[in-house]
Amino acid sequence: MIGSVLKQREVQLALFLALLVAVVGVRAPVFLSPRSVDSLFTDAAILVMMALAQMLVILTRGIDLSVAANLALCGMAVALIGQKAPGVPVAVLIFAAMALGAALGALNGALIGLLRLPPIVVTLGSMSVFRGMIFVLSGGAWVSSHQMTPQFIAFPLDRLFGLTHLVWCAIAAALIAWYVTRHSRFGRELYAIGNHPVSAGYVGVPVRRRLFAVYAVSGLVAGLCGYLWVARYAVAFTEIAYGFELNVIAACVIGGVSIAGGVGTVAGAVLGALFLGVISNALPLVQVSPFWQSAITGTVIVVAIVFNAREGRRAGKQILPLGARP
Amino acid sequence: MTSAVRHHIEDRARPTIGSVVRRWESLLVALLLLVFLVAGIALNGFLDPYNLADSTFNFSEKALIALPMALLIIVREIDISVAATLAVASVAMGFANQLGVPTAGLAVVGIAIGALCGAFNGVLVTRFAIPSIVVTIGTMSLYRGIALVVLGDQAYTGYPEALGDWGQGYFFGFLPRSFVILLVFAGLFAAGLHATVFGRRLYAIGSNPVAARFSGISVDRYRLALFVLTGTMAGLAAVLLTGRIGSTRPNIALGWELEAITMVILGGVSIAGGSGTIGGVMLAVLTLGLVTYALGLANVPGILMTIIIGALLLVTITVPVLLRTRASARRR
Repeated sequence: MIGSVLKQREVQLALFLALLVAVVGVRAPVFLSPRSVDSLFTDAAILVMMALAQMLVILTRGIDLSVAANLALCGMAVALIGQKAPGVPVAVLIFAAMALGAALGALNGALIGLLRLPPIVVTLGSMSVFRGMIFVLSGGAWVSSHQMTPQFIAFPLDRLFGLTHLVWCAIAAALIAWYVTRHSRFGRELYAIGNHPVSAGYVGVPVRRRLFAVYAVSGLVAGLCGYLWVARYAVAFTEIAYGFELNVIAACVIGGVSIAGGVGTVAGAVLGALFLGVISNALPLVQVSPFWQSAITGTVIVVAIVFNAREGRRAGKQILPLGARP
Repeated sequence: MTSAVRHHIEDRARPTIGSVVRRWESLLVALLLLVFLVAGIALNGFLDPYNLADSTFNFSEKALIALPMALLIIVREIDISVAATLAVASVAMGFANQLGVPTAGLAVVGIAIGALCGAFNGVLVTRFAIPSIVVTIGTMSLYRGIALVVLGDQAYTGYPEALGDWGQGYFFGFLPRSFVILLVFAGLFAAGLHATVFGRRLYAIGSNPVAARFSGISVDRYRLALFVLTGTMAGLAAVLLTGRIGSTRPNIALGWELEAITMVILGGVSIAGGSGTIGGVMLAVLTLGLVTYALGLANVPGILMTIIIGALLLVTITVPVLLRTRASARRR
């Protein structure tokens, strides 16, 4: 019963997304051309991956504000390695980005999971530190396309069976996230922690270790996306992906992932990210100034949360109007 | 009231020297003195009173936002949209300025728009029972978006002289006006939080919102009032900042929300709610301000400052937890 209701929310979001695509398609038929759809998915791929990782964190009642800074730091690190040692194979660089990202995420995880510090404060602090470290690493300099090897730049946009590697990465991430959240013990324990951390501890969920792991995973995905971002746009500098963490969280919120923990699906997070991707790709096609993007995104978020809040309101015995808080 | 007393509630224990020394505020005072001492000896011109006075321009507007943010965090809420609110208020002032509204009117417009933005946040949070972090992430994007839609890649300039006087002028040719305004508001907030029923109730709400509601406190009204207050203060900060830099761009005050929150957390306000003082927040503001000023004199790039602030924040919250774990381990 609850499952079917939850399912409906994703279905509604999918229908709304389809409607949006149709409206844009009528105004600007080129939006539905294979090339445009291909670039839409390619553009949204990084946001999809980051939203999925962020969803795992939010499921546990946490939040990871440091993902964008982590992404930028890992991207800069591999760009510098690639510049100083052009002989290093791209596969090794990708692995290095993921390892560095996971290590940075584990730092958050240690403070949040092992010491039980509030996630928002910890990741706010580490966000500043990571962002500043980029400057220390690079000395404030840019790494631009002519300093990167062709193989380094080529990977994200190379094609396999007609789709870019970026899209394949996002598909793989979605499948893994689906398996983890639906069928693995680890994933189910994340939901348990988000629903009630204390109860989860009593029934034997190793809460501290799971929290540690989930922030490390979030960092790992950020590291991978760091390489993809830098290689895709063929430039690395201190401010890349500035403020991107809020887009990632917005994608989750639009997708119906509850910030109060314990609620959220892979389909929701993917749809939320695609929603933002459609908005940013469609605006230029329907001759709306790109300056509208932020306002429209904000409106969508506000509407989505009000919508979700009305649906999620539980009927129950209530003596005083408390403003149901977890 | 004599024989009917069934429960005797002890007065708060008198502060001992040990408890005063262990207070967070004492640590901040020590840190502030340390920065003062080290920078004063090492850096030429640090102790110059005119330089010191001018260094307050860098943080006064931010600190004006940090004050109501502290109250919000004490009641377990947060407002991520403050910097975007500031941007909208500044844009509204620029718009009004083009219509020929006089200086006093501009200030009213900025503050009123700020209050309106805060009220919108507050209504969403209280009416729909949505976590404030989600609401204000959304409205942050919305408010900043409005500023972008109005301005695009343009900017409002040509503000009247009098507005600049408030933003970057002095009292008695020495004291920056924005700093004096900050001190006045810090006094008001401290009095309101620490010496009134309103303030005590904020702590009650932050400690346990449900219990506070059952004790007859209209929790949602307090929440709404605090969001309006935060928006209003962001509007005031917009008036001062617009006057100081003399122009409005859509990216005005970008990233300030996190700096204001950092000031509050460093000031010893617990993100879990229910504890913290205005004195602590002001000490954190002054410490951060002095460190920034000292690093500026030492020609350290501003971005390195973010590492120091971030690390300070992490150390700040980690050390007490580590100490507590050690203390409880010893007791066992």
